[in-house]
Amino acid sequence: MKMKPNNYIALTFPSRSVNEGFARAAVAAFAAQLDPTLDELGDVKTAVSEAVTNAIVHAYPEEIGKISLRASIFDGNVLEITVRDWGRGIADVEKAREPLFTTGGEERSGMGFTIMESFMDALVVRSREGHGTVVTMKRKIARRAGRK
Amino acid sequence: MEILSAEKDRELTLLLRGELDHHGAKAAMTEIGQALDAALPRTLTLDFSGVTFMDSSGIAVVMRAQRTMRAFGGNVSLTRVPPQAKKVFDAAGLTRFVPIR
Repeated sequence: MKMKPNNYIALTFPSRSVNEGFARAAVAAFAAQLDPTLDELGDVKTAVSEAVTNAIVHAYPEEIGKISLRASIFDGNVLEITVRDWGRGIADVEKAREPLFTTGGEERSGMGFTIMESFMDALVVRSREGHGTVVTMKRKIARRAGRK
Repeated sequence: MEILSAEKDRELTLLLRGELDHHGAKAAMTEIGQALDAALPRTLTLDFSGVTFMDSSGIAVVMRAQRTMRAFGGNVSLTRVPPQAKKVFDAAGLTRFVPIR
């Protein structure tokens, strides 16, 4: 049985690069209710930026397509973020997750998935060629002393 | 992203200001390339003190600057890197290629 989130936001936007900043700022604003540290917030923003950039660059390389982003809060201060696209998909997810692997050319470093993995507690990538990709990431936000 | 340039005795320092993501990376690469072509420096220091957010796009920007400088026989270092950007560089193992002072 899938757990119900205590709170969530859902956004849909076109794959324009100007929306990268919007997406990470929106998630950061939503996550603020978990009272994250600056470090935790930085990690979450970075991971969101990587996932959304991947969709913009790789899912829709020659067109503007739809990206949906969902951020949910579950019991235990767990923040879950899902970035979904309906683009070309990833032929070999395992290969795509390897450090330095990129099909994005000189402008990309090939470190996107490596950073999502190291900044978040869990990362699941599901993809079907020609149908799209769903990236789901989780991060537990520590409860701080003195917090109600 | 705004880039401010200061040069002395063929030592070029570029101060980066703003958010460095994929959206701004291409313009940043072009601007850094133009600054290098104009100054032909022996050393390039990228001052990150004004970078308020950076994702892996910043790694590609630094690696591009490093390749260009190597072609001139020069080198690149980074300075005043904020914690969030430092964490991204560390996760990528960038310090094996470019020193952070």
